[in-house]
Amino acid sequence: MSESILEVQNLEVFYGNAQAIHGISLTIEQGELLSLIGSNGAGKSTLFKSICGMVRPRSGTINFKGQTTAGLSPARITEMGIAMVPEGRRLFRSLSVEENLILGGYVRRPGPWTLQKVYDVFPILKERKDYPATSLSGGQQQMVAIGRALMSNPELLLLDELSLGLAPVVIKDIYELLPKILGEGMATILVEQDVTRAMQVSDHFVCMLEGRISLSGQSDAFSHDEISAAYFGT
Amino acid sequence: MQHATITRSTQASRIAGILALCFLVYIGAAPWWAGSADLRLITEILFYLALASMWNLLAGYAGLISVGQHAYVGLGGYLMFSCVLFLGMNPLWSIPVAGVAGALISIPVAWLVFRLKGPYFAIGTWVVAEVFRLSAAQMSSVGGGSGLSIPVAVMRDLGRKPDREMLIYFTAFALCVGAILLVYFLLRSRVGLALTAIRDNEVASSSLGVKIGRIKLFVYVAAAAVTTMIGALIFVTKLRISPDAAFSVNDWTVFVIFIVVIGGIGTIEGPIIGTLLFFLLREFLADLGAIYLMILGAMAIGIMLAAPKGLWGLLVSRYDFSIFPVGYRVRR
Repeated sequence: MSESILEVQNLEVFYGNAQAIHGISLTIEQGELLSLIGSNGAGKSTLFKSICGMVRPRSGTINFKGQTTAGLSPARITEMGIAMVPEGRRLFRSLSVEENLILGGYVRRPGPWTLQKVYDVFPILKERKDYPATSLSGGQQQMVAIGRALMSNPELLLLDELSLGLAPVVIKDIYELLPKILGEGMATILVEQDVTRAMQVSDHFVCMLEGRISLSGQSDAFSHDEISAAYFGT
Repeated sequence: MQHATITRSTQASRIAGILALCFLVYIGAAPWWAGSADLRLITEILFYLALASMWNLLAGYAGLISVGQHAYVGLGGYLMFSCVLFLGMNPLWSIPVAGVAGALISIPVAWLVFRLKGPYFAIGTWVVAEVFRLSAAQMSSVGGGSGLSIPVAVMRDLGRKPDREMLIYFTAFALCVGAILLVYFLLRSRVGLALTAIRDNEVASSSLGVKIGRIKLFVYVAAAAVTTMIGALIFVTKLRISPDAAFSVNDWTVFVIFIVVIGGIGTIEGPIIGTLLFFLLREFLADLGAIYLMILGAMAIGIMLAAPKGLWGLLVSRYDFSIFPVGYRVRR
């Protein structure tokens, strides 16, 4: 029996007086790929930030591997084994590709991912290792961002807007590499605008609408219309 | 695809590096070619260069805009005096002792001022320096408000006047080169990688597990230790200390900030250019008194408006080279 690696319960997050998340609960099992879909402003990124410790929830609990992450710094949470590929990649522009990757391994968590392994999955990064990271193409930059997150050997990987701003052919390439990346038994939460693609690759999904979960379940159990209704709230 | 190579340095930067090395040897040999007055001037230049490099490390690389670094200059001076007068130590040997003590004292200070952000941090550091000055003025054992002098016998122990001046000069030279090398090697290390990442994007670096607070603390303590050592040596050359001279915000912080800002903040070369320009201006304009300070102020504002990256930034954008390569460049 697989056990849940992350448990979020009754999470409520506020920005000042505005409530961004209204009591969300979800769990993810080891090795599972969960898709998180929803329109802009639904609270997906806020949920990610709460999991990473960058936003403090007002109430509710987040347990990772049975331990609460409440009050821990983002750095401490990374040490516990959560890594995020942030929306817009956020590479360090003064650093080379390789330095960006090395920084990903800053916490020195042991595990399967090494610089060499990242280069095996993304050979192009090895060729470009001494280039300034932001001089690469969008798709290559996304590979650096993924590689950087993997370097901390996470047990839970958060992928935020993987295909944002990338050409369709590049998106296809990156998704083809996904099984190779996730083959190490990592649990993954994927935020994706392309709902069809998100449903194809994931085991389960959660659809958010205005800070609440409007639909969740097995990715292949619902029709296009049902998901569309949950997505738009119609 | 066009062929491209990646290097840390360029042809120009290698040539500039060799020239810089020659210049360094020339400066290092100053006691053999400079007269007593020139040697004192070069010693002072070295002090300011070292102080500027440390302030640049704080403000330019770690984003810690402190306007209270004179706290550590004065602290160094008083620690040196205390070592000499109460422990009977050699003034030069008291410098490393002052460095260690400065580092230890800076930890509780950091604990206090790190609670403040941005402008509040700047004001906080200034207040701390003011507290240091007032405390020194209250201690009658070190002369209270009027200060005290080093006994002649203590200086005589360092040797005859030319030997003594040479000894002090080499100590200043070592401290200054050491300060610049500290910045250089720090930037090329794991800490430097983290500092650059924090400067590029604080949120992204913290989510990769970079402990921002700890890195900044490390930089603050390192800068405090070196600044304290420089302060100790400065007051060996001055022979006399008083709270107002030791904790002078103008002498040890305002001029240093001027140097870094006009030279180019966030570069290793910036403080070097800034120091040279500062002393050039001082040699020609110091006789003008208050007007000299007004010219300095106007220049600082002018350069900040016209070239926010300082004179070194202007040079780099025009000729693309660096003497201390810490980044990468693509050549096609």
